[in-house]
Amino acid sequence: MYVRRLELVNFRSYERVELEFDPGASVLVGPNGVGKTNLVEALGYVATLGSHRVATDAPLVRAGAASAVIRCEIVHDGRELLVELEIVPGKANRARLGRSPVRRAREVLGALRLVLFAPEDLELVRGDPAERRRYLDDLLVARLPRFGGVRADYDRVVKQRNALLRSAYLARKTGGSRGGDLSTLDVWDAHLARHGAELLAGRLELVAALTPHVAKAYDAVAAGKGAAGIAYRPSLELAEPAPNRDALEAALHAALAEARQSEVERGVTLVGPHRDDLTLSLGPLPAKGYASHGESWSYALALRLAAYDLLRADGIEPVLALDDVFAELDAGRRERLADLVSGASQLLVTCAVAEDVPAELRGARYQVREGEARRAG
Amino acid sequence: MYEGTIQDLIDELGRLPGVGPKSAQRIAFHILSADPADVTRLANALRKVKDLVRFCTVCFNVAESEQCRICRDARRTDEVLCVVEEPKDVVAIERTGEFRGRYHVLGGAINPLEGIGPDNLRIRELMQRLGSGAVRELILATDPNTEGEATATYLALMVKPMGIAVTRLASGLPVGGDLEYADEITLGRAFEGRRAV
Ligand SMILES: Nc1ncnc2c1ncn2[C@@H]1O[C@H](COP(=O)(O)OP(=O)(O)O)[C@@H](O)[C@H]1O
Ligand SMILES: [Mg+2]
Ligand SMILES: [Zn+2]
Repeated sequence: MYVRRLELVNFRSYERVELEFDPGASVLVGPNGVGKTNLVEALGYVATLGSHRVATDAPLVRAGAASAVIRCEIVHDGRELLVELEIVPGKANRARLGRSPVRRAREVLGALRLVLFAPEDLELVRGDPAERRRYLDDLLVARLPRFGGVRADYDRVVKQRNALLRSAYLARKTGGSRGGDLSTLDVWDAHLARHGAELLAGRLELVAALTPHVAKAYDAVAAGKGAAGIAYRPSLELAEPAPNRDALEAALHAALAEARQSEVERGVTLVGPHRDDLTLSLGPLPAKGYASHGESWSYALALRLAAYDLLRADGIEPVLALDDVFAELDAGRRERLADLVSGASQLLVTCAVAEDVPAELRGARYQVREGEARRAG
Repeated sequence: MYEGTIQDLIDELGRLPGVGPKSAQRIAFHILSADPADVTRLANALRKVKDLVRFCTVCFNVAESEQCRICRDARRTDEVLCVVEEPKDVVAIERTGEFRGRYHVLGGAINPLEGIGPDNLRIRELMQRLGSGAVRELILATDPNTEGEATATYLALMVKPMGIAVTRLASGLPVGGDLEYADEITLGRAFEGRRAV
C-alpha cells in the first residue's frame, strides 16, 4: 500500500498544500519548525482518527480557520481509494470514502494502514499506561478495523458510567438527593463487561502475536544487547491461559461487583481495559525507570518495528513513516534501522539534514518550507 | 453585532439546535428580504405549534388533542407496545408500515453525562400502562447507540419479571446511529426480525 497524494487545507501550519508520492522511499527535508511533522501527523490522523501529538483536535486546525480538511489518495493492490476527512473541533468529523460520504468517520479506519515512529514515542517507554494502551489499540484497529467501533463503544460506556458514579459522589458530598440515583449502575456494569471483554480479548490476542516480533526487533536495533519482553497487565486477575470472550465478560462483571463499593466511594470506574497496562522489560528489569536514554529509544523503535512486522506477517503492507528519527540515532543504529525498513512498500522520512538519512533510504526528495512543501528531486 | 431587532432575531435563531452563528445570520437576512406573506405564514406556524400541539396523555407522542391519532385508532392492537425515545422515531416506524400496535415515547434515553436518569423519562408512566395487563409484547426500539442500548437493558430488566415478552429490533440497523436516520427497508426488516431479549 502507498499514499499517492496528500492534500491539506487549513491543517496545522498549512493553508493549502498538495504532495504526490511514489512507492518506495521519500525524504522530507527542512529546518526545525517548518511543518514536516505536520505532514506525517495528517497521515497518522487518517490511519487512526487521532493525532500522535495532541489529545484534542483543536490544535490541528490552522489558527483562525474553522475546520481542516485532509484528502488522501491511497493505492492498495492496484486499486485507488480516496479518503477525505473534515476535522471540526468539538463536533463529529465528516468523512468521505471514494466519492460518497460515510455515516461515521470511523468507517474510514482501515483504508490507510500506517506505522509512524516519532520522537514522541519515547513516551511509550517512559510515559503513562495511556500511551501504551493507545499503541495497542491503534495497532489492533490497523489489524482489524472493526475494533475502531469496539474501542469507541467501550470508551463511551466508561464515560457514561463515570458520569453516573461522579454525580452520585457529588450528591453524597453535598448531602442533596438529586443525582444520587445509582439504579442504572447494574446496566452500565453489564455493558462495560460486554464491550470491555471484547476489547480485552482483542488486546490479549494482539499481545500474544506481537511478543516475538518485539523481541526480534529489539535484538536487531540494539545489536543483541538485552532481551525485550512485553506482557499485558490487566486491572483484574485473569486465569492462565487467557480465557475466551465470554469468560472475560464474566470475570469483568465479577471484578466490577467486587470493586463496587470503592468505585461508589471514589466516584470513578476502577476496573476495565481503560485501567490496564502493557509492561515492558529488558532482561530481568522493567524498562520504565531502568532503561538508559539509548535503550529507551531502541525500545520505542522496536515497538513500532514490531507493529510493522506483525502487519506484514498478516499480509498487510503498511506505509512506514519515520519522523525526525535518524538525528537521534548513532551511526550503528542508523545503518541497522535502514536495513530493517528499506524493503517497505512506502517509506516516508522527515529530517532537518538530509545527510543524517542513510544513503540507501534517500529516494525522492521534498523540500519543506514554512507553510509549503514541494518535490525537489 | 447588528443593531437591536435583527440581532435579537439572530440570537434567537442561534439558540436552535444545529444552527450556528453563521447560519443564524444567513436565515435572519433571508427572512428580512423575504416576501411578507411568507414570513407571516412562518410566524403563524411557530405560534400555532405552541398553542395547538401538545403531548398525548397516553403515549406522549405529539398530538393535537388529548390523545394522539395512533392512540385513538380503534383498529390498532393494544397487545403490542413499542417503546421509542422521541416522537420522530414514531414517524420513522410508521413509515415502514410494519407495525399495528401502540407506542410509548420516553422523551429521551438514560444518559448520565447529560444528567438524565430513569426518573427524567416517562418510565413510571410506562409501568402504569403495562400494569393494566393488556400488553403481551413490549418492543424496545430505542436508538442503537450506547444510551439507547442501556435504556433497553434497563427496561428489559424491569419488565421481564412481569411476564411480558420483551423484544429488541434486529441488528442490521447502523450501530451507533439514530433510529430516525435508518431507511424504511432497513428499519422495516429490523422490525420484522426483532428477537427476544
Ligand atoms: N494550528 C496551527 N495553526 C498554525 N500553525 C501551526 C498550528 N499548529 C502548529 N503550527 C505551526 O507548525 C509548526 C510546527 O510544525 P512541525 O511540523 O512540528 O515542524 P517540524 O518541521 O519541525 O516537524 C510551528 O511553527 C507551529 O507554529
Ligand atoms: Mg518535527
Ligand atoms: Zn398517543
